[in-house]
Amino acid sequence: MVTANPELTYNSKIEGDIVVTRADAAINWVRNNSMWPMPMGLACCAIELMAAASSRFDIARFGAEVMRFSPRQADCMIVAGTVTYKMAPVVRRIYDQMAAPKWVIAMGACASSGGMYRSYATLQGVDRIVPVDVYVSGCPPRPEALLDALLKLQEKVKRERSASKLLSA
Amino acid sequence: MTTDVEITTAVSQQFPSAKPRASLDCPAFDVPAGDVIAVLELLRDKQAYDFLMDVTAIDWSAEKSPRFTVVWHLYSSTKHTYVRLAADCTSDSEPAMPTASGLWSGADWHERETYDMLGIKFTGHPDLRRILMWDAYPYFPLRKDFPLAGLPTELSDADITEEIKTGVISAPMVGGPFVATPGEPMSEAEPRAKDEAWSEQRPKG
Repeated sequence: MVTANPELTYNSKIEGDIVVTRADAAINWVRNNSMWPMPMGLACCAIELMAAASSRFDIARFGAEVMRFSPRQADCMIVAGTVTYKMAPVVRRIYDQMAAPKWVIAMGACASSGGMYRSYATLQGVDRIVPVDVYVSGCPPRPEALLDALLKLQEKVKRERSASKLLSA
Repeated sequence: MTTDVEITTAVSQQFPSAKPRASLDCPAFDVPAGDVIAVLELLRDKQAYDFLMDVTAIDWSAEKSPRFTVVWHLYSSTKHTYVRLAADCTSDSEPAMPTASGLWSGADWHERETYDMLGIKFTGHPDLRRILMWDAYPYFPLRKDFPLAGLPTELSDADITEEIKTGVISAPMVGGPFVATPGEPMSEAEPRAKDEAWSEQRPKG
């Protein structure tokens, strides 16, 4: 980044080769800017998820472009679509397979609440089986709404007490 | 759509038990359950109805007898006409019907779906399992006595159920943001009519 006044920024000649910060800030900074999504695309919301990942909306601007189809490598599960009761145990199992720390975005009306599917076959909100961090409204949401959800999640992660959590775990 | 007018006489000559069935579109027959496979075979081999479009069933409600009617839709790719066959299941509590999967292999999944949704057992079917709901699901959702909201039951995986400590619940049918109220005119009952805070029609709440 080009800074107009280098005197106001970090200057190794003055401060030496040391950067001082809080552990929480450093850990959260790392987590925030490389939040790899696990695309749990189950219905039409997944199309908008794909649009969010492609060049027009470009989720890479926020460090979340690496869609990982292996839950072991993912940080944030984006549940995009209608979760049926038949699929619900699978969603939970994939969530269990993700390595901590992990987050969940419920994308769209169906994932958030069952949406218009008030029926015997549809899970009435994915928060009944996994802990959800951010809900996105819309049917389906615009890609901008998903980007906004990602920013919201990043704000949330910034406030986490990561260091003490790591030490107590 | 053209209609195959000769088919009615052709079928009733071969099978006097096949009665014409009231139909608004294509020719249709009521057939006794025992004759169904023979009639289907006649239609396929002698009348060029080579494509089985659909196998489904009707539940006439628990009070009616016969309660279940299985329906077959056939299409002829040379005549470009349709024909419909219907057969009542003899038993109301354990409905059964001979399988057509020996005539069309496509009947396999249609019959699995009909079994899954309405609980009609197709005798002689090679692999009669549920196709949409999971194997241990205890109900038949398209039966008339099954509520749309569903009935509480267990999920398919025992270890997941133990972990999340929840299962299938009856879906809330009132009060939700997507639920219309019955009995009102459409303009009032539609969910979006409830909240007009986004428009200037009603004061913001």
